[in-house]
Amino acid sequence: MSLPIAPTEAVVTRGLRKTFGPIVAVDDLDLTIGRGELFGLLGPNGSGKTTTIRMLCGLMEPTAGSATVLGYDIVREAEQVRRRIGYMSQRFGLYDDLTVRENIRFYATLYGLHGAGRRARVDELLGELDLAERARQLAGTLSGGWKQRLALACAIAHRPGMLFLDEPTAGVDPASRRLFWQRMHTLAAQGTTILVTTHYMDEAEQCGRLAFLSRGRLIALGTVSEILAQFHQPSVEDVFIELQRRDEGVLI
Amino acid sequence: MSGLWPMLWKELIQLRRDRLTLGIMLGIPAIQLVLFGYAIQTEVRHLPTVVLDESRTAESRRLVDVLRTSGNFDVVERVGSRAEMAARIQSGRANAGVVIPPDYLRRLKAGGPARVQVVVDAADPLASSAALSGAQLAGLARDRALAREAGAPPPAIEVRLRPWYNPGLRSAVFIVPGIIGVLLSITMVLITSVAIVRERERGTLEQLIVTPIGKTGLLLGKILPFLIIGYVQITVILILGWVLFRVPMLGSLPLLYLLSLAFIVASLALGLLMSTLVRSQVQAMQLSFLFLLPNILLSGFMFPRQAMPDFAQWIGLALPLTYFLTVLRGVLLKGVGLEYLWPEALALSAFAVGLVVLSVLRFRKTIE
Repeated sequence: MSLPIAPTEAVVTRGLRKTFGPIVAVDDLDLTIGRGELFGLLGPNGSGKTTTIRMLCGLMEPTAGSATVLGYDIVREAEQVRRRIGYMSQRFGLYDDLTVRENIRFYATLYGLHGAGRRARVDELLGELDLAERARQLAGTLSGGWKQRLALACAIAHRPGMLFLDEPTAGVDPASRRLFWQRMHTLAAQGTTILVTTHYMDEAEQCGRLAFLSRGRLIALGTVSEILAQFHQPSVEDVFIELQRRDEGVLI
Repeated sequence: MSGLWPMLWKELIQLRRDRLTLGIMLGIPAIQLVLFGYAIQTEVRHLPTVVLDESRTAESRRLVDVLRTSGNFDVVERVGSRAEMAARIQSGRANAGVVIPPDYLRRLKAGGPARVQVVVDAADPLASSAALSGAQLAGLARDRALAREAGAPPPAIEVRLRPWYNPGLRSAVFIVPGIIGVLLSITMVLITSVAIVRERERGTLEQLIVTPIGKTGLLLGKILPFLIIGYVQITVILILGWVLFRVPMLGSLPLLYLLSLAFIVASLALGLLMSTLVRSQVQAMQLSFLFLLPNILLSGFMFPRQAMPDFAQWIGLALPLTYFLTVLRGVLLKGVGLEYLWPEALALSAFAVGLVVLSVLRFRKTIE
């Protein structure tokens, strides 16, 4: 009998599929993401990005296929997965009537932090994300950029090995977006695997690898330079538009 | 159970900051109590009455006096004909008419019976029943008085009425304990179903269920803080009920508060179940009010369950409020304890445990 070893893959999906009645949201998705990767998931609205993330986080059960996150099965070992991941959606999931500190403290407690360790971690996060001055402010009175920082603080309070970010920068000003991506690189450099969806192509170009989804299917996968070479396009934005045109053209 | 304490901590902070909800939750019992307590007067008195006195004698006038002093009839007009009397009742100016025929005194002198007619607008049976029995009693009283004057022996049978537990037969004494139950069912169910749906609408429920929080901890942490609101409501009504309506508190208050726990938890769990059926806060409110109706009509809050057809009684048995009303009235008005109330205590506990288990089982840590 061999001892369980830490897999080198953070995410492995095999034939992952999700349907809502007659609608196929995710269609036989095969995807492998390595540990420590900063991985971008791109695609037009309704292409299955959010559904994919929700399945990987255990928020939705797949209709068919299987997947593991950090070596744990997303259906059978959902609680193991939950303990090790951080999740942030574009709705941020903050309590407007709790203060900045209370929000972080609450989520930190849910992930099992307590006592002096929790206090130290909350202070550390407040400092790291420049939230210390606003610690006593109600989250509901923060502007978009600050809410985003707070949501990130809540998502990484327990130092998760893997982060799922569903359009984390939607509706956030450019300065906050730039800061946010600097933090993504820092987290990735520290070994955190990050799966992020975005509609901003400048953000996509900062990812180590990209996957394009269209109508629930994976239609392109690779590093930024591989994808640019493969499609003979000058930028990721051009690839995006070309792929969308092609995919929809084929079906029409 | 993991996550119970952080949820309680968060909910209590939110509750403390939500002044509007707190105000409404405390204001509602006071308003409801005054509305129900004063408005629900099933004993209708002082009916506007017209008198058609064709006898025009001292004896007939005395009879009218007896009717008037019974408190059920206020003579607003003396009319000259039956047609006039009918017109007054038809128009609504009067709800009752008393007709004393011309031969009233002559028949009385001849040893009777002298006939008197009392016409009552009985379109509303509740309003008319008191008048009908009031007229009957007034006639009997006058009959006795005349017999006594004539030196007749006292009647062989005398019925003495003793209305236990509510000697004044006041509606408020009956209604106020019921208000505690009705108010708790509506506010507890509403407050939880809205609270869960609000977390879902704001996206915080999604954020909660990606954490390792346990289902039981999440749900109990969500509902238990509302116990405080429930207990404050009970206390407000008990105090106001005693101050404004002199509603007695004969039995053990600790027992009442203990049994209230089962009822409140059952109502909160029902709100949780409801939240799994609705999509928006508006729907949650509509469903809560839909639930209120059978509670008011079938639980025995206003109308006696004994008078209901079988199927309505069975529906009543499925409502926790039915049992809680028995407890409330039993403890407050009769001063009885568990020796008589154990079946209700058992039923309420079963509702509480069953509904909590059911709502935990139904709740899914997914967002589909």
